Amino acid sequence: MTGEAPTAVIGTEGMAELIRVLAARGRTVIGPTVRDGAIVLDELTDGDELPYGRGVELEAGHYRVRPRADGAAFAHSAGPQSWKTYLHPQRERQWNADRGSDGAWVVTEDDTPPPSYAFLGVRPCDLRAIAVQDRVLAGGPHSDNRYRARRERTFLVAVECTEPGATCFCTSMGAGPAVDGGYDLALTEVVDGGGHRFWARAGSDEGASVLAELPHLPADASLATVAHEKVSAAADRMGRTMPEVDLQALMRETLHADRWNDVAARCLTCGNCTMACPTCFCTSAEDVTDLTGDHAERWRRWESCFDLEFSHLPGGPVRASGRSRYRQWATHKLGTWYDQFDSSGCVGCGRCIVWCPVGIDLTEEAHALNAERAAGGPPGEGAA
Amino acid sequence: MTAARPDLVPVPYRVAARTARTPDTADLVLDPVADALPPFAPGQFAMVYAFGVGDIPLSLSAQDGHRLTHTIRAVGAVSRALHGLWPGTTVGVRGPFGIGWEPPAVEGTDLLVVAGGLGLAPLRPLVRAVLAARPRYGRVAVLIGTRTPGDLLCTQDIEDWRAAGARVEVTVDRPDNAWQGDVGVVTDLLDRAEFAPRNAAAFLCGPEVMMRATARELVRRGLAPDRIQLSLERTMHCGTGHCGHCQLGPLLLCRDGPVVSWSHAEPLLLVREL
Repeated sequence: MTGEAPTAVIGTEGMAELIRVLAARGRTVIGPTVRDGAIVLDELTDGDELPYGRGVELEAGHYRVRPRADGAAFAHSAGPQSWKTYLHPQRERQWNADRGSDGAWVVTEDDTPPPSYAFLGVRPCDLRAIAVQDRVLAGGPHSDNRYRARRERTFLVAVECTEPGATCFCTSMGAGPAVDGGYDLALTEVVDGGGHRFWARAGSDEGASVLAELPHLPADASLATVAHEKVSAAADRMGRTMPEVDLQALMRETLHADRWNDVAARCLTCGNCTMACPTCFCTSAEDVTDLTGDHAERWRRWESCFDLEFSHLPGGPVRASGRSRYRQWATHKLGTWYDQFDSSGCVGCGRCIVWCPVGIDLTEEAHALNAERAAGGPPGEGAA
Repeated sequence: MTAARPDLVPVPYRVAARTARTPDTADLVLDPVADALPPFAPGQFAMVYAFGVGDIPLSLSAQDGHRLTHTIRAVGAVSRALHGLWPGTTVGVRGPFGIGWEPPAVEGTDLLVVAGGLGLAPLRPLVRAVLAARPRYGRVAVLIGTRTPGDLLCTQDIEDWRAAGARVEVTVDRPDNAWQGDVGVVTDLLDRAEFAPRNAAAFLCGPEVMMRATARELVRRGLAPDRIQLSLERTMHCGTGHCGHCQLGPLLLCRDGPVVSWSHAEPLLLVREL
């Protein structure tokens, strides 16, 4: 985009129009809506499907939708799903193979054109999570071409955070609550005496052209200032923090900590944290055939490092204990992700805390590891 | 159809020959049905697909032009399916993946190749490449340990390699009545290999416990940890760095391995269940 980013003030009618404009451009609009007692992501066709007047009450192992008097649409933090549901789907066919009577077979890559999504209401932590998955799935020597195709066609409408949850810690991870590029449109919701408004700015040419189609409210010079103030205030109201240390070094230096035994005694190794996490990307390959045995398909599905089969080798799993599997997840997320992909694997969204059935809190575990290290920690394990 | 992506979609190869090596191990010789994959460097691996069953990472044990040879032990569903294939069957191959062996750049370096069991297979292309350029290296020793004499792979290779100027020593865990050679662990053979520790490089492949013991013994004898390379095994579903299964701490072994130096591997292998 050239020149200064266009900005505008839109109202709730402008928000509804945004959904219509994006849909009219052939995009499948995905955004938050209330269903089954949660604020979930789903296809939106109208503005009134947004969760106006709903907030969330979060704690470790606890999630409740709560009414809000102010009528805000984006005063909720991370829900059970993340955008990876769409960009890196839970199950996907990669190719088919058909075997002829001579035993030779031909492979066909699935070439269905990917959907053209518009994501409405991407929180800054989740915007960062998308950037993290971009590096993992499309940034290495081999690129997942289906992920890349979906990603390149996706229009991102970010919404800054003014109402962090009790399990949020994006400030600790440098991932929010303000947005920092990487969007087509960014919005900040303000509900005050001046009304219910969104301060909008474009981050791409398409964002600018979409913004130009929306009905604008009269320009309000003070709104940008109010929006900035609300977002900065949110930074000071995070429910959780990470220890202010080099987390990569903390993970590397506490592999033998007693704390892993403590958390392993609570962890059910259910893998919920990995499913809810917006950056967890691991998958398994699944091969199937039809009844004739001559049509085979390769599918790829989400996998969890908490599954015993995840580290399967002919001699048995590498990580047999729950202790080693929780440690693998946490040290990967906070530590070895830097070695592998040059960034943290954690964005501070808090989903793993909320959706853990026994309320294990990654930030609490990190603080405990830090305290154990500071106290001298146990001696290192000897030769295996 | 989109452009061919041999890293994501298997390329058909036909089984040209199958040779049983031991009771549970066979060599499959594969020729491309049409398009061939790019050449593999010694120690790199392929993902080999048995129709409808799945694919597994397999190092190449030989490469002649476009012809690939894999040595397969029947231990799981896919390896059993591949092991049982007869000439004429079509398999799928993706690759090449990963980082292979890196022979020393300095001329005259002594080389130690230490193999345990099936670990000899990924080392074969390295030994062949080294012996094809024999004058560039100092003394070359190939030390092989196997469970029983019947598990010894490539007996013909051993004669060929000796003839080409390598010292080849073999030891077994459990001898049979006909066995006249060494009995014991492969590290016992190190006494017989002549090498100048400050001017030597070592290449190890076999069970992790055997590689750990060998690497430690080599370091004790004066080899620098970064002159010792080993090929590690972890489960792999993609080969492309996307599935996450092959992690060993900071390493994605399909991308940063499977060959890694002992200086990188030692601290990781010391941590149980990493």
